[in-house]
Amino acid sequence: MVSNNIGNTLKKYTMVIALVVIIGIFYVGTGGTILLSQNVNNLLSQNAYVFVLGTGMLLCILTGGNIDLSVGSVIAFIGGIGAVLLSKGVNVWIAVIVMLLCGIAVGAWQAFWVAYVNVPPFIVTLAGMYAFRGLANVVLNGYAVSISNTTFLNVFGGGADCYIPDFFHGDKLNITCILAGVIAVAVLVIVSLRNRISATRKGYVTTGVGPFFAKLAILSVVILFLAYKLAGYKGVPTSLLWIILIVLAYHYVTTKTTIGRYLYAVGGNEKATQLSGINTKKVYFFAYTNMGFLAAFAGILTVARAASAQPTYGMFYEMDAIGACFIGGASAYGGTGSVFGAIIGALLTGVINQGMLIMGVDANYQKVVKGLVLLAAVIFDVLSKREKK
Amino acid sequence: MGKTLLEMKSITKEFPGVKALDNVNLKVEEGEIHALVGENGAGKSTLMNVLSGIYPFGSYTGDIVYNGEVCQFQKIKDSEEKGIVIIHQELALIPYMSIGENMFLGNEQGKKSAIDWDKTYAEADKYLKMVGLSESSRTLIKDIGVGKQQLVEIAKALAKHAKLLILDEPTSSLNETDSRALLDLLLKFKEEGMTSIIISHKLNEVSYVADKITVIRDGSTIETLDKAVDDISEDRIIKGMVGREMTDRFPKRHDVKIGDIAMEVKDWTVYHPQFAERKVVDGVSMNVRKGEVVGIAGLMGAGRTELAMSIFGKAYGTNISGQLFLNGEEVHLKNIKDAIKHKIAYVTEDRKGNGLVLTNPIKINTTLSNLSELCSKRVIDQDKEYQVAEDYRDKLKTKCPTVEQNVGNLSGGNQQKVLLAKWMFANPDVLILDEPTRGIDVGAKYEIYCIINDLVAAGKSVIMISSELPEVLGMSDRIYVMNEGKMVGEMSGAEASQESIMSCILKS
Repeated sequence: MVSNNIGNTLKKYTMVIALVVIIGIFYVGTGGTILLSQNVNNLLSQNAYVFVLGTGMLLCILTGGNIDLSVGSVIAFIGGIGAVLLSKGVNVWIAVIVMLLCGIAVGAWQAFWVAYVNVPPFIVTLAGMYAFRGLANVVLNGYAVSISNTTFLNVFGGGADCYIPDFFHGDKLNITCILAGVIAVAVLVIVSLRNRISATRKGYVTTGVGPFFAKLAILSVVILFLAYKLAGYKGVPTSLLWIILIVLAYHYVTTKTTIGRYLYAVGGNEKATQLSGINTKKVYFFAYTNMGFLAAFAGILTVARAASAQPTYGMFYEMDAIGACFIGGASAYGGTGSVFGAIIGALLTGVINQGMLIMGVDANYQKVVKGLVLLAAVIFDVLSKREKK
Repeated sequence: MGKTLLEMKSITKEFPGVKALDNVNLKVEEGEIHALVGENGAGKSTLMNVLSGIYPFGSYTGDIVYNGEVCQFQKIKDSEEKGIVIIHQELALIPYMSIGENMFLGNEQGKKSAIDWDKTYAEADKYLKMVGLSESSRTLIKDIGVGKQQLVEIAKALAKHAKLLILDEPTSSLNETDSRALLDLLLKFKEEGMTSIIISHKLNEVSYVADKITVIRDGSTIETLDKAVDDISEDRIIKGMVGREMTDRFPKRHDVKIGDIAMEVKDWTVYHPQFAERKVVDGVSMNVRKGEVVGIAGLMGAGRTELAMSIFGKAYGTNISGQLFLNGEEVHLKNIKDAIKHKIAYVTEDRKGNGLVLTNPIKINTTLSNLSELCSKRVIDQDKEYQVAEDYRDKLKTKCPTVEQNVGNLSGGNQQKVLLAKWMFANPDVLILDEPTRGIDVGAKYEIYCIINDLVAAGKSVIMISSELPEVLGMSDRIYVMNEGKMVGEMSGAEASQESIMSCILKS
């Protein structure tokens, strides 16, 4: 029983372990460079869009392995709209709201065909991939439009160099950042303990004391380590705040709410879900509309980081997001996967990219490796399921 | 007396937990039409699958002697090479391919590198003529009716140079004229020396064409009747099919008071969702009272599931007409959600396909149809959910390590319990149970029957659709018999017998 438990735990956290191993390999390979503060910092802010898109993509994949190919183009389109609005002097908040609304509209347009007309998502979003890329060109008139609105850039992590200011003016270390890490750990510990106590009181406890505290301890160490690393460079990138916000919000939606439950159910067995009195069309509609919203948000982060919008932005971003979900353990048939899994998947690809970059691996080989990692992850998923039978 | 073409000797085939065939013997002589009859699940199709190599040699025990030699078929191709061709109940034709393409699918004419289409179509036309079809072989399958499709299947079998033709329920989807034409075709082939085995529920057809009839019951051969010697009237065959002893496989129900009518349908008619002109349920009227178990007996395809699902918030069918009354008041249920709200539950016959989310844990399956009960503002109270799942696990004695276990890893009986728990949690007044004990072992069946008894003791109404007659007889206070979309009989549980139900069906 005990060894079985350990086996299950290992299986559950395979990708986390893989991530640690890969970081280890690159740590040796790059002579420690990959864990320099600046690189950790870059890893997070550079991949912000993958985290955001991966979260949205996960919801689509949950409904039955359905993907959204249009997100890269939507990023360029929405980013273009934003840049043009800002360059015309529109109020920054109005511009942001317009961008998000446009994203929702784009999502709803595609979601309608998927959910209510039963057009295969692959086709709908392939069409979207072409159409919105074209519209991005139309909006931007084919040129790059730069963004100079400082509020926009500061809030959304602009110029690749935007951090939460250090209110304590620490000398070498960013004290705000350290403090944020400590507070995060404190919140984590308090919430976990409270949940556990309330569950114990009602007699629901399912995990042992050991694993519970081990998990808590590991998580706390990771957060503190990250905070320390970030503090050593310039502190918390603003984009990181948005990532955390989105990841936590969607983790909550997928695990605690009815719509989250329905996403899993539809992907697991659509017919059974229908016969349980659930409107499955609404579930599809939600997943794809939401994807439009998150694509718009990723668009905001992308153009803010580049401080400009170009019609070519967002190329192949959809593939990064899809890859992150599958590497993170989402099933290609739907019904299983998690937001945190997608994040782990995104981190894994991010680390591999950056590690190879630092080691000076030829860009072409980088793609080969990326492809093989994706394939390996899915093969693993398929094999581990077959084992159960 | 011709020579023996096929002999299957003491064939035994086991599936995990079930002995589907137990020492079955079948002897078929050259040039005869041999009928195989038995109730649903008796093992007829399994036997034919063994014969045709769908279940390869080694997965069963016993011998197949064909044309004097012992055969060890590894796959369908092996048996087809010997001239044994099976035509399955469900047509295996591809709608958007032509008749000719379908006939030679997997048996393409011409060279390996290139299909000779002229030859294909010429050959196809030749065989079509043999079965009396005047269609061109270039016609698409989707453009011809079901009756003609069945003939194409036979032509396809002939094209494989069939010597022994096996037809599994060949007329189940045909109307009377088409059925008769098909049977006459078989008789014509017989005169030309073809041997056939026909599996059928329609005993009048069996009496019409068969020379010999082998009765299979519960995976064993009961008897073989010879037209020349024995009485092969329908009543005689029925007796062979159902003649088993009833033991106390059903728990006693203690003085449950049967109350007012809880649900009633009047003149309920439903059309097929794809073939809008086909009536699936035809003017059905029925009711169920509080505290009552009403059984619906009938053969597969009688329209029972369709009736149940169409009542359950129009989950099946188009153009539904008729009236539905709940506690005396007429209601119009728009969708499934509405039906659940009106306290109707439909527990599907296909627990894996339509009932459970196998990749999800027990607790999530248990609460799926009534999540709002556990929610405030769409956020699920997961502690409460766990509690609910645990309660039902206790109540129904579901065997599982924890309710976090994925349903896919449970046995059939325990899956069925989770499915029941799911619908009990929706707190219905009327439960429609569709084949509640299909594919589960005897012990688990007993426990399901106990649950049904508890439900009616609590004043609920249960409609039980079942193809197992002993179960219908053992559990029902009242029994409806359905056939080809119509209610063809109603009897009290006390006066019903297997014979009376079967003759109700077969003589309707």
